Amino acid sequence: MLAYTVNRMLIMIPTLLAISVITFIIIQLPPGDYLSTYVAELQSQGEKVSAERIEFLREQYGFDRPLYEQYFVWLFGMLQGDFGYSFEYNLPVSAVVGDRLWLTVIVSFATVIFTWVVSFPIGVYSATHQYSAADYTLTLIGFLGLATPNFLLALVLLYFANVTFGTSIGGLMDPQFIDQPWTWGKLGSVLEHLWVPVIVIGTSGTAGMIRRLRANLLDELQKQYVTTGRAKGLPPFRLLVKYPLRMSLNPFIADIGNLLPQIVSGAAIVSVVLSLPTTGPMLLSALRSQDMYLAGSFLMFLALLTVIGVFFSDLLLAALDPRIRLQGGATR
Amino acid sequence: MTADPAPGGTRLAHFVSDAPFNPYSVEAMSPEQERYYLASQWRMMWWKLRKHRLAVISGVVLLLMYDTILMSEFLAPYDLQTRHTSFIFAPPQAVHLFHDGRLVGPFVYGFDYHLNMENLRREYLPNHGQVQPLRFFCAGDTYSYLGLFEARFHLMCPAAGGTLFLLGTDRLGRDVLSRLIYGTRISLTVGLFGITISFLLGIVFGGISGYYGGWLDNLIQRFIEIIRSFPELPLWMALSAALPINWNPIMIYFGITIILGLLDWTGLARAVRSKLLALREEDFATAALLMGASPSRIIGRHLLPSFMSHLIASATLSVPSMILGETALSFLGLGLRPPITSWGVLLNEAQNINVVALYPWLMFPVVPVIVVVLAFNFLGDGLRDAADPYKN
Repeated sequence: MLAYTVNRMLIMIPTLLAISVITFIIIQLPPGDYLSTYVAELQSQGEKVSAERIEFLREQYGFDRPLYEQYFVWLFGMLQGDFGYSFEYNLPVSAVVGDRLWLTVIVSFATVIFTWVVSFPIGVYSATHQYSAADYTLTLIGFLGLATPNFLLALVLLYFANVTFGTSIGGLMDPQFIDQPWTWGKLGSVLEHLWVPVIVIGTSGTAGMIRRLRANLLDELQKQYVTTGRAKGLPPFRLLVKYPLRMSLNPFIADIGNLLPQIVSGAAIVSVVLSLPTTGPMLLSALRSQDMYLAGSFLMFLALLTVIGVFFSDLLLAALDPRIRLQGGATR
Repeated sequence: MTADPAPGGTRLAHFVSDAPFNPYSVEAMSPEQERYYLASQWRMMWWKLRKHRLAVISGVVLLLMYDTILMSEFLAPYDLQTRHTSFIFAPPQAVHLFHDGRLVGPFVYGFDYHLNMENLRREYLPNHGQVQPLRFFCAGDTYSYLGLFEARFHLMCPAAGGTLFLLGTDRLGRDVLSRLIYGTRISLTVGLFGITISFLLGIVFGGISGYYGGWLDNLIQRFIEIIRSFPELPLWMALSAALPINWNPIMIYFGITIILGLLDWTGLARAVRSKLLALREEDFATAALLMGASPSRIIGRHLLPSFMSHLIASATLSVPSMILGETALSFLGLGLRPPITSWGVLLNEAQNINVVALYPWLMFPVVPVIVVVLAFNFLGDGLRDAADPYKN
């Protein structure tokens, strides 16, 4: 197990390096850079920008150096916890980002849990009551969740919460906690606001999970050991829980690799609509204003989140399933 | 055994059938069986798909929607950009059949408009004095059909001097239904172009990876893993934010479809690879190799056709994610830009809670999105089951 863990961690390093290269390329893609936009903006406002000042800024931000050098500066900076400088806010990226990263982690994690909690009983019920009316209804609801763009669902929920409860459910905490240090009260407030985004983001992943669990469980239920167990007189519930259910649980863990990118994607757009203080809205504005280091750190962070999530899911899977541990490779 | 009757002795009388004897009669098949066994793979898949009722219905729905692409201009009552400045944010008009207990045929009531001075809301009330019968196959707004020729022929038009807003109007007084019909053209083709790109990429990379194996396979697989660990939407956002601002809307449209396709091919490539790994060990692949076929011919002529059906099924299943992706991007304002109109661009108008409260009809474009995504999912499921006609 230890060898597997170490091996798995070593694989992560080249993956992350490649991700950082791709991220860097992407944030360099837009023609021009923030500085030229900034200078043009200043000039349009009638301010005079001296060539010296432009040169000074260019040097300070490292725009005068070749691309690969900029990349290495960025990469080593990140390794030391320096994520670069946000041009738009005139602050280091780490100061701008603040709590957003943690809140994103919290929202994503809660959504994974929500997806599990909802899809587990529904999947089991659908499989054990195959082709019943309830099976069809639940499947249809799952499909509807899959097909509805979740930003619109967020909007509608926002409206109904406003009408029925008279409260604004936008944001992730009560206003008095914003930009305050973490306390129990703040944590409680976050938990109170968490349910709307979690439900909205969770709807799209839940359907897929239900279908996979249902299909897996159906496969297991047709195997001979189930017949043997039934013939020997095991009570139905015990028969279900003892073996087939455990066997069909693997996708729950293994699927984090698919689920997590999906959730992070969903969270990005839902948080724009619900104006959550997570990475989504700021990523959007950073992309719009070509605030490259800020956008780059967000992209990097979101990818890191999924890579680490997949890492943990592989470890969990290896712990649960000896077949994977012995082969030394994860199956997805 | 008794010995033969003595020569010259009388033969024992026994029955001999004169009917022609067919030694293969046991193996002969009934016409029905014959039809089944001689059917081509595609024919069998069609038979299997036909049994999946939901998939067939979905297929028909999709076919109809794709047909509307060809005649958006004719179906839409108004032109894409026609503004009705005196009917801004007008609610949908209901179609009635009877007026004062008398059959008039389909008609709508005209609007009485007044501005509520208290909250500055535009209020439209149906005026039961104004009966505006619909006209069918009539002359309405002039349009240029796909830029080829000009015409005025519409399926439905408002009564002369009347209005026809079956789904209401937006903030510029444009008819939402007409814009929706035009938007179908863009939204549905985005998925098709995107999937074509991802299909090509998937076959090429999956083919190389699965056929050659070795370090090339390893490299491509690592690359796929890296792409997959990026969350799609933020990456789409970043890429479409990188599209130059001075591009014209058509180029943006193609840019977006390429971006959608660029990230989606990984799943297809994996499917191609795993199928190829299994199939290249088959005897027919070895035979082709021995006869001197080039790798591209073996892959293209012998291996691909045997799992094309699976590929089509999985491609069908990934179209909806592209349509949703385009909708999300356009909703955020990073995707298509007006005057190109897609469902996402229309939903961009429904961005805040006021719309839900005051002008809910602006959210209607979400309905075709849901219908199309569901239909593609059901059709894809049916195709996937049908792709393996020899099972069961």
